[in-house]
Amino acid sequence: MLRQVLLRLVTTLVTLFGVAVIVFVVIRVVPGNPVAMMLPPGAGPEDMARLQALYGLDKSIPKQFVIWLGGVVQGDFGTSITTRQPVAGLVLGRLPATLELSVMALVIAVVWGGIVALVGTRFRGGRAEAAIDVGNGIALSVPDFLWGLVLILLFGVLWPVFHISGRVSPSLDLPFVTNFYLFESVIRLRFDLWWDIVGHMLMPALALAFPLAAIVAQLLKQSLKETMHLDYVTLARTKGYGETRVILREALRNAVLPTLTLVGVQFTFLIGGTVIVERLFSYEGLGNMAIDAVINRDLPLIQGIVILFAVIFTAVNLIVDLLYAVLNPRLRHA
Amino acid sequence: MKLTRRSLLQASAATVALGFAKPVLAQAIDELVIAYNVNLPSWDPTVGLSGVNPTLQGFYQTVFDQFILQKPDLSPAPGLLTAWGWSDDRKQVWMDVREGVKWHDGSPFTAEDVAWSLVRVAKPETGSPIQFVWGTLTNHRVEGNRVIADVAQFDPTIFKWMYFLTGYVLPKAYYERVGAEGFEAAPIGTGPYKVEKYERNAFVRLKANADYWGGKPEFDTVTIKFVTDAASRVAEVESGNSHVTLEMPYEEFDRLKGKAGLAGVAKPISDIGMIFFNDIDVMTDPNVRKAAVMAVDKQTIIDRLLSGYGVAIDTLETPDYDAYDPSIKTPYDPEGAKALLAASGYGPDKPVKFKIQTTKGFKPKDYEIIQAIVGLWRRVGIEAEIEVYEIAKHFELRAADQLAPAAFYNWGNSVGDPTTSTGFAMYGPSPHSVWDGQDVIDMINPLWGEADEAKRIEGWKGVSRHIAENALVLPLLQYVQPILHDARVKVTPHASGALLPHLMTRA
Repeated sequence: MLRQVLLRLVTTLVTLFGVAVIVFVVIRVVPGNPVAMMLPPGAGPEDMARLQALYGLDKSIPKQFVIWLGGVVQGDFGTSITTRQPVAGLVLGRLPATLELSVMALVIAVVWGGIVALVGTRFRGGRAEAAIDVGNGIALSVPDFLWGLVLILLFGVLWPVFHISGRVSPSLDLPFVTNFYLFESVIRLRFDLWWDIVGHMLMPALALAFPLAAIVAQLLKQSLKETMHLDYVTLARTKGYGETRVILREALRNAVLPTLTLVGVQFTFLIGGTVIVERLFSYEGLGNMAIDAVINRDLPLIQGIVILFAVIFTAVNLIVDLLYAVLNPRLRHA
Repeated sequence: MKLTRRSLLQASAATVALGFAKPVLAQAIDELVIAYNVNLPSWDPTVGLSGVNPTLQGFYQTVFDQFILQKPDLSPAPGLLTAWGWSDDRKQVWMDVREGVKWHDGSPFTAEDVAWSLVRVAKPETGSPIQFVWGTLTNHRVEGNRVIADVAQFDPTIFKWMYFLTGYVLPKAYYERVGAEGFEAAPIGTGPYKVEKYERNAFVRLKANADYWGGKPEFDTVTIKFVTDAASRVAEVESGNSHVTLEMPYEEFDRLKGKAGLAGVAKPISDIGMIFFNDIDVMTDPNVRKAAVMAVDKQTIIDRLLSGYGVAIDTLETPDYDAYDPSIKTPYDPEGAKALLAASGYGPDKPVKFKIQTTKGFKPKDYEIIQAIVGLWRRVGIEAEIEVYEIAKHFELRAADQLAPAAFYNWGNSVGDPTTSTGFAMYGPSPHSVWDGQDVIDMINPLWGEADEAKRIEGWKGVSRHIAENALVLPLLQYVQPILHDARVKVTPHASGALLPHLMTRA
């Protein structure tokens, strides 16, 4: 087991290096020079050369990469061109917002999808299951940003109960020392702040959660259906257990394993989905920052964000694999 | 009361609704909330990309003062500088500094601040992108309440730059004490509002500067939310979460401005839409260029695609600019276009072909406008292939003089001087120009340093006429900026496009 973990860590490092190389080269090769964007009227070629040198873009790409990698090894991801702030501080400062949003969306998706799957399994073959299948189809076929627009229209404009933009009301004084606002508001027992933060997060979280909830529901329902035909489930029925108890106590534990793997994989996609949804809701997370960085061709910031996303993706995959091994005895003893 | 499942659900829903519900459209607006269309990446208005980004100037002019004030009609007025000018021999500039002004931290504003700010933006190492302008002044010195500098290279527009990009006065003592990073964290200026709270990518909360030399602004507290998505901005105002917003589809603007409780104002701003012609391939044929200009019915495009919000233009100078000449016209004439193309051997059956580049969604209906133009061109015998690119690619290609034969762009010129519109857009050696014709270069060269203002402006009008007669560029329209707002707020639009909270009052 330990050997497997170490092997995964090594492959993770290789993956991250590969991502770093690709991102570094690609964003410099595609058209869109940040210095060309900041040239004002009247600037001449010498002004362009001066700014290229100022931002280190006058060197060859391999040389730029070596300099950047040397900094990364020491924890220095460079300085953002647009904000003139250290990249590491910027991306780590925004990471908590994106993580909180993603986790909230994941929780909603798993709870919602789980309940729907259980209800669909309990009433399989009937109208309830048909309605659930139709609902799942709709949830899956509508992309998250469109769900966001629907939610804004419903709960932001027609029945304005949630906040349309931002992460917290500007008028509130925040006593937080971390950027995990939701978590810290609970720790500090500041439920007034918690309520305000949730009011800002619910719509983007729901927009992200709907498609994932549908996937969870479909897969778990299918797994449960298959499990319901196994001998040990039949045995439970012959013991006189009710259908609900059979599903919850007997079938669910085995049926949940494939769903767990899927949730892990989908969580990484969910974090990727925050890019558009955060933009739509002006949520101050990594995704929103990423779009600005791309528009402004803020090369160091793009690199920092992509590397962080890559770290999250590989870490989530690693955790899911380990969790799966723990829950599945066949893998644990392999 | 009997508790049923239905009543419990209803009670829960009501509780949630009441809990999250915000006071929407209360009677009096205590705190003005503006949904802005861009994020503010940096508080230093003099360096990097932010310094030359026209859409950010509204933030900066809210907190900082420029050397010279610019009124909503783009004309200059006394600000931190109360008077300014050149010596008779044009070897020196002098600037008189307003007395009694305080920085947001209460410290006195002095002539030293003005001199230091001018010196700082002239230094290449600060990252000032306009160093080439500020560097034309040297040997800055303070004599009492007057700042004097020597003119290293005469630039007739130097005082216009003092209310243009990077022309801001920053606090010398404070900046030197806190450094660049400290200034980003807690910026202070002499402007109408003080920064109270700033959340990157989220909002800035401002408090009125009670000591502002121009008078205390009407709203004590202003929150500017950064809402980059147009649909969300509209929803912000429609729901009452924000009181003012800008830049939305004109159809949405028309729909909402008549709605109860809402109002709208739409005025032309200093930005224009244009099509660059690169002097390569078929664009070296004057008949092709002239036909391409004559075949475009600008007014119909404005009416149909922009709901009438736009002003058709025939030169790169709008009616608000100093060198605008209403006598220069390039009328819509499709038959004339056909005749010109026929003279060069082209026609609807044998069209002249070239590529046109455009952004999509960067400016209102940019792609649709180009589609319409390509359709109009097709009728006279021009077959243009559309290539969509990002604005970043446009900048790079333009700087390298590698744009396609035709390329759509928008040009901003909030000081209205011909050098910063026609000049830099059409002067071959400029990295912003893709037209390299020597005739234009020769016409423009003497104008850069022309000291006689009337002669200078007449010279630029002559350049515009030459450009129009030879169809070296296709000017399209002056943009109109839609501002949607709560009916209880009176908004004074600024022709530069900056949305300024201190120009807003209670209706």
